[in-house]
Amino acid sequence: MDFSVLLQDIPTLLVVILGVPALLVGYIVGAEFLVRRLPDKNRPQVRPWIWVGPALAMVAAILFIPAIATFIQSFQDNHGNFVGFQNYQTQLSGFPSSGAWIAIRNSIIIWLVIYMILVLTFGLTMAVLFDRIQYETVVKSLIFMPMAISSVASGVIWKFMYWYQPVGANQTGTLNAVVTFFHHDPVAWLQDQWPGGLAILNNLALITVATWGLTGFSMVILSAALKGIPGDLLEAARVDGAGEITIFRRVIFPLMMPTVVVVGTTLVIFAIKVFDVPYVMTNGNFNTDVLALRMYNLLYLSHNNAAAAAVAIVLLIAVVPVLIFNLRQFRAVEARR
Amino acid sequence: MASVTYDHVVKRYTADVTVVKDFNVEIKDKEFMVLVGPSGCGKSTALRMLAGLEAITEGQIRIGDRVVNNVAAKDRDIAMVFQSYALYPHMSVYDNMAFPLQMAHMPKTEIDKRVKNASRILGLDNFLKRKPRALSGGQRQRVALGRAIVRSPKVFLLDEPLSNLDAKLRGQTRIELQKLHRDLETTFIYVTHDQVEAMTMGDRIAIMNAGILQQVGTPGDIYDHPANLFVAGFIGSPTMNFVPVTTSDSTAKASGFDVKLPKSVPAGKATLGFRPETLTDRIGDQHNAIDMSVDVVERLGSDQFLYGQVGSDSVTARVDPKMKVEPGDKVRLGLDTRSLHLFDAETELAQF
Repeated sequence: MDFSVLLQDIPTLLVVILGVPALLVGYIVGAEFLVRRLPDKNRPQVRPWIWVGPALAMVAAILFIPAIATFIQSFQDNHGNFVGFQNYQTQLSGFPSSGAWIAIRNSIIIWLVIYMILVLTFGLTMAVLFDRIQYETVVKSLIFMPMAISSVASGVIWKFMYWYQPVGANQTGTLNAVVTFFHHDPVAWLQDQWPGGLAILNNLALITVATWGLTGFSMVILSAALKGIPGDLLEAARVDGAGEITIFRRVIFPLMMPTVVVVGTTLVIFAIKVFDVPYVMTNGNFNTDVLALRMYNLLYLSHNNAAAAAVAIVLLIAVVPVLIFNLRQFRAVEARR
Repeated sequence: MASVTYDHVVKRYTADVTVVKDFNVEIKDKEFMVLVGPSGCGKSTALRMLAGLEAITEGQIRIGDRVVNNVAAKDRDIAMVFQSYALYPHMSVYDNMAFPLQMAHMPKTEIDKRVKNASRILGLDNFLKRKPRALSGGQRQRVALGRAIVRSPKVFLLDEPLSNLDAKLRGQTRIELQKLHRDLETTFIYVTHDQVEAMTMGDRIAIMNAGILQQVGTPGDIYDHPANLFVAGFIGSPTMNFVPVTTSDSTAKASGFDVKLPKSVPAGKATLGFRPETLTDRIGDQHNAIDMSVDVVERLGSDQFLYGQVGSDSVTARVDPKMKVEPGDKVRLGLDTRSLHLFDAETELAQF
């Protein structure tokens, strides 16, 4: 890379490298100086705000203010005129098959439910099964490995897995090679809207990719929760006359439940926000659109800022309750420790 | 209710790590047997093999007449109290106690009756709805006991159940456990490293060291006739005095004194053992006078222990608490020759 551009503008570089820390130090020293002049009883109330201040300012600048701006924009047309709920109306009209409805259905029903259930089930099963095997760390590392691959890359990898050639041609896609080996016609995994145009199959194909990517994550967290259960509890249950399945159902699972809920809600948030896998693999075609992808396409392809803002707000409204629940649950788990 | 037999039991983890070696004990029905020994001596492993939590490498364990080597823990009909209590944190006290009964598919009414009964015995009536988290250490310990007694098991296993309690509560619970044993009329096997618990609670005591059973007997028997140097040193507090001596006929010669032995022994080197309470400030017909230079004086109110030197050997004496002694004093004490022990210098076995 050519860094000469940077060198041409050394003053700016200096300002950034020295100026920002200097500004922060100046802020802290100045603020502390002011705080010390406050009466004793007010100091403890003010001081925390001084220290959180910079972080709060950053959050406000890059999160809250844009969110509010988006919210306002969602009630305006693309020229800044107030239009009330018209953007939402456009997006939400044509129930159930046009407008944003396909994206809403895919994001908030299919992705949310199936993705969460799949990742949780696989994660939990693997955490339990691999807990007592000999090469536990090796196996777990293998399963965790897809986490190191970016979603875009895993989308590309899985595109090869799903690759479709017409009947009769050599099937280069792994899955279709298997399918035709059993004398079944090849399946167009990403285009096939089985059953009957409901587009469950191709959405499921996309969800599988995301599941593959994240199962390791849920396995690792659930496995940590599993390891946190004291061994003598299980021994006590065994002596008390419980079989291994009963022990899992009555002792292990209830004790892992808080963690399962935290992982589950985190997955719900991931599911609602999903973008990369559909973007790489189908770009939302064949009824595989999701909210985040729709927002992106409206914004960058259609240049319809107002409509994109409305979709963004729908997405936000869907995520926020889960987020709050997740935070509460997380705090409850922490409090139990 | 059943007897328990350990028949040549061995526990080996790898070829050269053997934690229990040729363990043979027969525990009678309704007996309170205490397995005691220093930590790492294999006593817990012996108990866990009986519970079915560890595999038995060699030998047989029988509960009653039934060989249980290959019986799963859940089918052995035993109850166990763990050192950590191992209460299910997500269940209420009631559910904790009801759990083993539910596992036995007992009818709800019967479960209720038994749990209520056990909680009454243990004074847990007011805590049945609470979670273990909301209980004190002593209460948790009683819930663990309750979970064990509701089942009326054949054998009751206790793995250091008192070690997490404070000293006062430990004393109380010791007495409660003995009462419980009397009331339940069940075989108790109790593992501890605390010789006081062993002495006070056991009908019989089995002492282990380094995986090997040293001696089995009643507390009195073991205290008065320890089989070897290890048992003699492990039981009793403060520990028995050991003094190297040279024997010839029926006299033993130590660095600071001579003592007449009750019977003649072959000439040679040996270890003379006598408990602190046999070295006192009384000097009678049966006593041998010994001069001791005192290093440390411990006054406990009811007792007074003197730690000091006799010749070149360290010795502890137990004297009348009213006797005035200061560190540095030289005192003349009497050694009761009726309760001497002599241990072979090489085999460490007691000769008497």
